[in-house]
Amino acid sequence: MTAPTRQTTLDRLESEAIHIFREVAGEFDRPVILFSGGKDSTLLVHLAIKAFWPAPVPFPLLHVDTGHNFDEVIAFRDEVVAKHGLRLEVAKVQDWIDDGRLQERPDGTRNPLQTVPLLDSITSHKYDAVFGGGRRDEERARAKERIFSLRNSFGQWEPRRQRPELWNLYNGRHRAGEHVRVFPLSNWTELDVWNYIDREGIELPPIYYSHQRDVYLRDGMWLTEGPWGGPRPEETVLHKTIRYRTVGDGSCTGAVESEASDIREVIAEVAASRLTERGATRADDRLSEAAMEDRKREGYF
Amino acid sequence: MSDLLRLATAGSVDDGKSTLVGRLLYDTKSVLADTLDAVHRASADRGLSTPDLSLLVDGLRSEREQGITIDVAYRYFATDKRSFVLADTPGHVQYTRNTVTGASTAQLAILLVDARKGVIEQTRRHAAVLALLGVPRLVLAVNKIDLVDFDETAFARISKEFTAHATALGYSPDAVVHIPVSALAGDNVVEHSTNTPWYSGPTLLEHLESVPVEADPHDAVFRFPVQYVIRPRTAEHLDYRGYAGLVASGTVKVGDEVVVLPAGLRSTVRKIDTYDGPLAEAAAGQSVTLLLADDLDISRGDLIAEAGTPPQVTDEFDATLCWLSEKPLSPGARVLVKHGARTVQAIVTELRARFDEQRLASVDSPVSLGLNEIGRVAIRTSEPLPLDGYYSSRRTGAFLVIDAADGGTLAAGLVGAGLPVLDGVDSCTEGGNTAPSASDDHALVSPGP
Repeated sequence: MTAPTRQTTLDRLESEAIHIFREVAGEFDRPVILFSGGKDSTLLVHLAIKAFWPAPVPFPLLHVDTGHNFDEVIAFRDEVVAKHGLRLEVAKVQDWIDDGRLQERPDGTRNPLQTVPLLDSITSHKYDAVFGGGRRDEERARAKERIFSLRNSFGQWEPRRQRPELWNLYNGRHRAGEHVRVFPLSNWTELDVWNYIDREGIELPPIYYSHQRDVYLRDGMWLTEGPWGGPRPEETVLHKTIRYRTVGDGSCTGAVESEASDIREVIAEVAASRLTERGATRADDRLSEAAMEDRKREGYF
Repeated sequence: MSDLLRLATAGSVDDGKSTLVGRLLYDTKSVLADTLDAVHRASADRGLSTPDLSLLVDGLRSEREQGITIDVAYRYFATDKRSFVLADTPGHVQYTRNTVTGASTAQLAILLVDARKGVIEQTRRHAAVLALLGVPRLVLAVNKIDLVDFDETAFARISKEFTAHATALGYSPDAVVHIPVSALAGDNVVEHSTNTPWYSGPTLLEHLESVPVEADPHDAVFRFPVQYVIRPRTAEHLDYRGYAGLVASGTVKVGDEVVVLPAGLRSTVRKIDTYDGPLAEAAAGQSVTLLLADDLDISRGDLIAEAGTPPQVTDEFDATLCWLSEKPLSPGARVLVKHGARTVQAIVTELRARFDEQRLASVDSPVSLGLNEIGRVAIRTSEPLPLDGYYSSRRTGAFLVIDAADGGTLAAGLVGAGLPVLDGVDSCTEGGNTAPSASDDHALVSPGP
């Protein structure tokens, strides 16, 4: 037995997230956790395990695989699923391209193409609550997001018609065809996430820590070679010491030059960084002042 | 490890809330270079010579187009002393509902006034909403102090007027702090201003870093809404039956006698479980799993409470509603009530009074309650609920009113909370001392077991 101690910020954030998981388990018929193997969704799975222990997590996982993911991340994803006895559904963007429901974009990036397979999967599996690892500190449009965010039957977010969120009473009511996106990490910051990963000893894909890699510079970001195309003839490949601050579609997720090889060094680096996570490494958010808002309106996370 | 303060902003449109929040983020170095670059670019595009800090927070297209904040947004910043979750709420009258949203979880609210205008009707209205929602502490930020030439007497006059108002709303003098600031120039936000030598108090940030956090009433009685029953049914945990939830108020220890409501069954706490191991005691704000000594039939929606001081269990009660929907409320309306983890059908049997925002007074027996209006109602529920008065437990005295047809949230509900706290708050108030007093929970008709 441990004596009661004063709750720290991380204790409070953990308790809030666990409360949110249990509310969804109590109110919805078919919840699912979006899981990509990235640090935020890995944290979600860790919190879900804690929320229902000693019973198994009562939800499956869903990964929308752009086909442009890092091998290390896919391997990590499968390890987590096997280790905890979880169920994983994979929606492959390639399948949607192959049968003509989606078309490859001229710029080769597949990140925006995730929305259709995501919404199709939600519809076909009749998921009514979809957990995402989104945090409100990531971006201005995300700062407006509710913890329980109702989406219409097209999966769209309508910022002017959000439900007020009062106390910790979450309203999960929805009509047939509608679903609710749930963000248990809403009140976490990037630094909270890293501090919690440190405290809990949560394993992550190795590419979050510094390593040597062949990369080329495109639009100010260090990209790695992969099926998404590149380097182009005019782009020079350099061997650098880098790490990833976010992991996502390889076509638009850049690496940062970093010597941070363990979690303490990563925390020190994040604390000192003068760039936001998304600004530093995500090309898709640079498209316009309202890029994230526009994608959320379409049904993206 | 620093602790966490949840705060909200309130104030009239154009009083500079977004600029103040932008300034707090900017001066605490919570804004990173790329975000700042984007603001510099956007400000230059608009022909401004200095960065418009409100662009740091007004994130939606329509907000940037109109130059106003439309929806509540949440901001995060931290200093060496504390972490902050800030609900940045719009000031437009039509968005008062977002002030209610921000105030429901806030431990402190920053209320802005324009030093040139002083305490205006919207200030009084927002202070009344903050008091009604039970926000424990207020900061009156007298903004744009540079535009009155850092005049001490202007600040003193506004402070005095607001103190009288806040006192009438039930705030003790030490719960309200007044700070002269210029959000635009940064005076007394993070750095002490040399322009206000007559002000010896803390800067806004110093106050936020040091103000006592009354997060959860640890001394209050124990309340635990059961969210979920954990039954692994695995070989290892064949007979495990745990009741998962977040302690809403008070503390619970192993061996405590508890009562399960609404059924009224009694038992004792055998174990307090978490993934990280069992606890001897759990306090408000902690998510835990309780195991009881007796094998009772308990499900989601039930409330586990301290046996000695249970809440009242009733299917008829009076409450104050903050109406948040465009669809007006009429007497006899059928709705859903979500209290804790239980959702039940309900009828609003009577509208007893409505708070008149214009006159800051209450009107008896209104015909309806419209968007952003606050009223006192009588409610009958299909099943009895274990209810505390809102002012004795902000968690178990609160409920949502939900539209049964489309699932929308219609109102914030406060059990037993009275409108009279809003009455007589200003000398120009007319009428209205007819409603019962705020502390009177007499409307809870059937006592608990």
